[in-house]
Amino acid sequence: MEKLINEFSFGLFFWQSLIFIGLILLLRKFAWKPILDAVNKRETSIKDAMNAAEEAKKEMASIQEDNQKVLKEARAERESLLKEARSNGADIVAQAKAEAKAEADKIFAQAQESIQNEKRAALTELKNQVAQISLDIAEKVIDSELESKEKQSKLVNQLIKDTSL
Amino acid sequence: MSKRLYLYLSAFILTSFSSLSAKDSNTKEYESTGDLKSEIKAYILHHLQDSHDFNLLSYKDKTTNEKVYIGMPLPVILWDNGLKMFSSSMLKHGKNVVQKGDNYYKLYHGKIYRTDAQGTITYDDHHHPTNFKPIDFSITKNVISILLTALLMFVLFRGLAQSYHKNGMIAKGVGRFFEPIVLYVRDEIAIPNIGEKHHRRFMGYLLTLFFFIWFLNLLGLTPLGINVTGNIAITFCLALITFFITNFVGKKYYWKHIFWMPGVPWAMKIILAPIELLGLIIKPFSLMIRLYANISAGHIVLMSLIALIFIFKNWIGSSLSFVLAFSISIIEILVALLQAYIFTVLSALYFGFAVEEHDENDDH
Repeated sequence: MEKLINEFSFGLFFWQSLIFIGLILLLRKFAWKPILDAVNKRETSIKDAMNAAEEAKKEMASIQEDNQKVLKEARAERESLLKEARSNGADIVAQAKAEAKAEADKIFAQAQESIQNEKRAALTELKNQVAQISLDIAEKVIDSELESKEKQSKLVNQLIKDTSL
Repeated sequence: MSKRLYLYLSAFILTSFSSLSAKDSNTKEYESTGDLKSEIKAYILHHLQDSHDFNLLSYKDKTTNEKVYIGMPLPVILWDNGLKMFSSSMLKHGKNVVQKGDNYYKLYHGKIYRTDAQGTITYDDHHHPTNFKPIDFSITKNVISILLTALLMFVLFRGLAQSYHKNGMIAKGVGRFFEPIVLYVRDEIAIPNIGEKHHRRFMGYLLTLFFFIWFLNLLGLTPLGINVTGNIAITFCLALITFFITNFVGKKYYWKHIFWMPGVPWAMKIILAPIELLGLIIKPFSLMIRLYANISAGHIVLMSLIALIFIFKNWIGSSLSFVLAFSISIIEILVALLQAYIFTVLSALYFGFAVEEHDENDDH
């Protein structure tokens, strides 16, 4: 211990303290801080990049899954659409048939009615014409019949005879 | 980049060369004194101490029979009723008395004493000098080493910090080698011991501490012959800063644990308080001694093994010593890192205790 104290040099201690503390302060400002900052920054950027890559990978997977799901759904929808279209078509055809039949029936009925009307009109006109013609004939007959007295009396008699009350 | 590498390489080769010459000087000294073992012991002890000059090698001139030192002088700064400054070359390694104002100074066993004009040193019974010792603020070899290390660290880590902006968040250059180590200190030392929440404000100190100790430990293994972290003043300063930070950031829970330990009987609380209070001092004290002792011991062992090569002076013994010295050198490189790691981990652990938060109901 005495040897140690004897060996101790205050001057050396003084310079050592001065230089060493100065060195700590200088290095802290100009070396350690920038070095550690740069290293930290680098480490965080690497970590961030790794995380981002992992995230992107996950996102990619989820997108693919989504794609699969969407594709599946689309397929199912197409299937159901086709099915619906098929059944719809049959319905439409059936309906159209029914409608057409109804329309045809209606047209047929109308045609029949109009035929009946025409027929009736024709008959009426025929009757009228027949009556006219009969009247004309009757007129002519009467005219001819009534040319002589005899014939007149004969007719009257005849008529009286016909008209049996 | 390649230019810088070339610079490092040439510096390394240069220092290796100087170490070879340093060993050479060892043998020459031996020839003149005759007592190699005590010479080596003195040499090692001298190496462990701080020095007022930055010497790379020394040898004895054959013609003048005087010791010649190759290196550079450093400024000597004394506080003796006023500031006294002169170059360490004037001390001539203790052979010269320097007059400054009305006072005379002399270097004796690595320390500067105030003497009379003739440079007389008086001793007490234990052969310790009794002369007045002015406060020595000299820029010694260790101070220069600390300054250079601080400069190196600043350039290195400032470069690393700037490379992030220039190169899109990726480190570039020499600093790139240190990025994983910075992250290691954060992820394996700071966060597990202090916790995610509080670790950030201690990072500056822990990182500086770790690299400072590590670099200086490694510098001590170069042939420059520097022994900074094996110096008690240095480890005392580091431990003191850890001590201050720990107790300044200490929260309610930390202090409660020291003065009134929860969850133990009343009588135990009274016994535990002084023990815990003592622990406050012991913790940083152990930090100080651990680093000092490990590095000093490493230097002593390594230098002794190298010295064995010159003691044996035969093929078998010397080559065996070489292999041993080589293995210890490699272990010492590991120890340099390990001691820096231990100091930092324990500091982080103490900070962790200080900022720990607990529920009031929890009895731990």
